[in-house]
Amino acid sequence: MKIVVCIKQVPDTAEVRINPETNTLVRDGVPSIINPYDLHAIEAGLQIRDSVGGTVTVLTMGPPQAEDALREAIAMGADEAVLLTDRAFAGADTLATAFTLAGAVQSLGFDLVLCGKQAIDGDTAQVGPEMAEFLNIPHIAYVKRVEEITEEKIRVQRLMEEGYDVVEAPLPVLLTVVRELNEPRLPSLKGKMRAKKAEIKKLSHEDIKAEEEKVGLKGSPTQVKNIFAPEAKKDRKMLTGSTEEVVDQLVEILKEMKCI
Amino acid sequence: MRIVVDKDLCTGCETCIDSCPYDAIEMKDDKAFINEYCQMCRNCLSVCPEGAIKEIEGEAPAREIDLSAYKGVWVFAEQREGKVADVALELLGVGRRLADARGTELTAVLFGADSEEAERLIHWGADRVFHAQDPIFEHFNDEPYVQLLSRLIQEHRPEIVLTGATPIGRSFFPRVAARVRTGLTADCTSLEIDPETGNLLQIRPAFGGNIMATIVCPHHRPQMATVRPRVMKKGTPDESRKGEIINVSTEGIQSRTKVIESFKEESEATCNLQEADIIVSGGRGVGGPDGFKMLEELASLLGGAVGASRAAVDEGWIPYSHQVGQTGKTVCPKIYIACGISGAVQHLVGMQSSDIIIAINKNQDAPIFNVANYAIVGDVNEIVPLLIKKIKEVKGL
Repeated sequence: MKIVVCIKQVPDTAEVRINPETNTLVRDGVPSIINPYDLHAIEAGLQIRDSVGGTVTVLTMGPPQAEDALREAIAMGADEAVLLTDRAFAGADTLATAFTLAGAVQSLGFDLVLCGKQAIDGDTAQVGPEMAEFLNIPHIAYVKRVEEITEEKIRVQRLMEEGYDVVEAPLPVLLTVVRELNEPRLPSLKGKMRAKKAEIKKLSHEDIKAEEEKVGLKGSPTQVKNIFAPEAKKDRKMLTGSTEEVVDQLVEILKEMKCI
Repeated sequence: MRIVVDKDLCTGCETCIDSCPYDAIEMKDDKAFINEYCQMCRNCLSVCPEGAIKEIEGEAPAREIDLSAYKGVWVFAEQREGKVADVALELLGVGRRLADARGTELTAVLFGADSEEAERLIHWGADRVFHAQDPIFEHFNDEPYVQLLSRLIQEHRPEIVLTGATPIGRSFFPRVAARVRTGLTADCTSLEIDPETGNLLQIRPAFGGNIMATIVCPHHRPQMATVRPRVMKKGTPDESRKGEIINVSTEGIQSRTKVIESFKEESEATCNLQEADIIVSGGRGVGGPDGFKMLEELASLLGGAVGASRAAVDEGWIPYSHQVGQTGKTVCPKIYIACGISGAVQHLVGMQSSDIIIAINKNQDAPIFNVANYAIVGDVNEIVPLLIKKIKEVKGL
């Protein structure tokens, strides 16, 4: 079975802070990591490969430094790694990203495509389903358990708001996975050695036969108009005084609102 | 469009570097250089003291479409077990406002459920409803949803299409957007019409919820967005409202995926938190699991529930089911008491539509105070115990 896992290198957003004076993001020293949900997708790929046989290819789109994320995936046990890197890919929104990744997946060949449910920097959860559309294969989002997989079909549990559904699909199929699915393994020492030497295949827009108009900023219907920090409320009231006085005021407010 | 640095004007002062949220500005030969990370957010344009950073015209979009051929605002009304979800009613309120601003009609689209539910969408603001009734819609299944909604969009050409950012909306809407080759903005917290261009301004948290972004889709139609549940307030239904219900054929709709079974699993904490009128919520400033015991006592005295920030959940002080924010629950109680929560944007987006926000924090610059109605600069571990004591006195306990 040919398994392709799509991953993204992201800044650790939990480490990002806002400078209150300039209202801008402070990213100094923020480490780059593999998107946490994607680790579960890699783990799922490895487990499925180990049970039914086949290969796991990790794929990412990004600047040359994204190679680090791919090497980490190889250290976990992936068989090969592919980096989509090209200045023409810059500024891609989810549609252009999905189009580009789908082009690469198509050129690599696949039976099963795995993605994390969303990336922690954008939090859109859109690239997986959009890719499935470009590949013209079914997708199942929010997969929390793989019940059964054969060469022909897969049966999984997908997380819903009020529980879960059991869903069946024929292969090839694309899954986006949630944390509940598994516990990602740590890279082994042997894996790390292999990752150091592994050759990372690089693809440009020409390699995947994508027209320049359909990738990167040019291929992106959405644009960021501006970014801003939320505004302060205008009718804010400061409660001041000693702790005793402040608490008395609070009690009055709660009484007024009929909470006590 | 592209952002470039005029090398003749750039003095190499590096002021612009920190303004970029995407690390897209670097120094090359002592001059600023915009690299491939640039997302065109334009944040850097105003910070350069020399005016050396400029936006220049690139080539026109490859495929100009006739925007005027697209008319009307659509809300895809999600139903579960035959009942329209609350988020659909919230969206009809927003959709009504957007349709009025554009001088156009509001259409609801409903797959499954009965005609009474379709009628209800009109009471909540729709002018007409596209209603498809077929056993294929009994359980949510991406493929039939994608096929029928894409077909309707291609046939009727709406300018705006919205749905809830629920597991259902977030699974099938991206696929519809890809099929009709347009943009989709995820998890919006606010929607407005740009009075100049008539474009939809789609506001959402970005960058792990550390900051807000306005997204536009200027050259493609429809403009599609998923909207965070519970952020928009519901309007009031008007049972005398009249509208048209159009039955939609499901001929030719098929599915490769099959939903075998659905299981319900309700977590008690979820329900309590999202239905509570009062939420007492704690962050890192609470100090530890014992602090949360204190918040629980306060919450039970007020008849409310306990929430938490991501920081407190990450510390392991309280289970994830209590987390409020971007990656947790969105809540809008009557009173939200934030104790020792600094107020990162990712937390604020989950609670800022609460009616009254009371914030207690040691740091007077904490961003939580920006959204608070009542602000108290002080130590949670002094204020809350005293508050508990005084409430008990009032209640005669």
